Amino acid sequence: MAERYDIVIVGAGPAGLTAAEAALAQGARVAWLDAQAAAGGQVWRKDVQYGWPRRAQRVIASVSNHPRLTWMPQTQVIAAEPNSLLLQNTREARRIRYGALILGTGARELLLPMPGWTLPGVTGAGALQALAKQGWPLAGRRVVIAGSGPLLLAAAATAKRHGARVLGIYEQAAETAVHAFARQLWHWPGKAAQAALLRSQLAGIPYQYGSIVTRALGEHALERIEVDGPHGVQRIECDHLALGYGLVPNVELAQMLGCAIRLEGAHPCIEVNAAQGTSVPNIYAAGEMCGIGGRDCAWLEGRIAGLAASGGAVDAALQRQQRHARRFATLLRDHFKLDPYIYDLADADTLICRCEDVPLRALAGYDDARSAKLATRCGMGACQGRVCGTALAELGLFARSGLRPPLFPARLATLGELASSSDTEGSNS
Amino acid sequence: MTQVRIHIDGQALDVPAGISVAAAIAQAQRPFRRSVSGQARAPFCGMGVCFECRVQIDGVAQQRACMLPVREGMQVVTDG
Repeated sequence: MAERYDIVIVGAGPAGLTAAEAALAQGARVAWLDAQAAAGGQVWRKDVQYGWPRRAQRVIASVSNHPRLTWMPQTQVIAAEPNSLLLQNTREARRIRYGALILGTGARELLLPMPGWTLPGVTGAGALQALAKQGWPLAGRRVVIAGSGPLLLAAAATAKRHGARVLGIYEQAAETAVHAFARQLWHWPGKAAQAALLRSQLAGIPYQYGSIVTRALGEHALERIEVDGPHGVQRIECDHLALGYGLVPNVELAQMLGCAIRLEGAHPCIEVNAAQGTSVPNIYAAGEMCGIGGRDCAWLEGRIAGLAASGGAVDAALQRQQRHARRFATLLRDHFKLDPYIYDLADADTLICRCEDVPLRALAGYDDARSAKLATRCGMGACQGRVCGTALAELGLFARSGLRPPLFPARLATLGELASSSDTEGSNS
Repeated sequence: MTQVRIHIDGQALDVPAGISVAAAIAQAQRPFRRSVSGQARAPFCGMGVCFECRVQIDGVAQQRACMLPVREGMQVVTDG
């Protein structure tokens, strides 16, 4: 019979972390799972060399060692049904049941196609951080960071800390927009302090506004890039290009559970009430999946969800802080809007679907993801359209569709569990 | 830092414990995978979303190298 927990929390980033902390404090028996080997999520990913940020480490230690917590690392949800989840880790598949479910599945990067984006050496900006923190060799490497928003500064700081030669940071937004953003920062003292710290860490690294990387070039791996900016087009020789155009909520699991969504720009996010409850009873969502809002939103919303799910009282002050944190997200969105020029970078030969190597040319004439997929295999590969489907939606071509289990490619034995799920559930109840 | 010994495409490599298989492959300057049309690919998203870093680990194909820490005695086979 499947194990049952009062509360199951999916995701060990800031949202899942405070959700676990709050639920444990209320006396709940909690299962906490994440696809990664260590807690922290993306923003507090454990660095092999430097560990966790201090603030994260303290809470991670107290939550992880709690006697009523079961920590399930390297575990992904393959399928979901009312009150139960089918999980797969590196060894086995198992089914667990929950009284309440808290989702903190975070976000992934918005990765947009341009000529040369498939070359080894081109990654996301958050990807550069993730790789570096897990020991990816960067010492002496020539790194260019490009895209939009404050994440570029964080990526540059991580790269520099790991010994990279950061040649420059290229921000697509205009100088006026970035300055207007900076003038509002005093409303969020924590953010202002973080920005000041990053600026001091990045002293001496060129930062250029209104600049867009238009292509990556190289024979078998990245050798150089072209940047279109206020001084015309320049070519830069480099070993690593890290592109960060923003983040996209991971809503696949919540969608599979039937949680109502709304669109933020071209991408779905999960609709929640003031207690972080979704449209499905006993399912809560917190953090980036409710709309890109950053670490502080996740931290506060996780706590609200943890309290609400375990029968605790959510006080008004906590909700006021959460609304204030959410306003910062709006400020970010308004000032770092993507230049439509970026949506035209891919040419007819640029591969859109990197799993099945489908070029943009092959997608002409289709107006929905399903017919394009049936005819061209676009979105049929291992990433299940997470990269190309999201890019196509952002480019305004067509929305992602066709979500169904398994949520991630699964082993045959796990799929066997999936097929027999209705029988198992029947005998359990 | 503690070292572990792994094999990448048959070649022994001592790497710091706790690093990802992806980082170990990069340190060994080995390729990752070839796409369906034969292009060289390497880690792209770094967080288990894009599946560009897939390699064979201990006989199991299609493993995401960015998601797995190295383990003593691990056998990694790339598409190179």
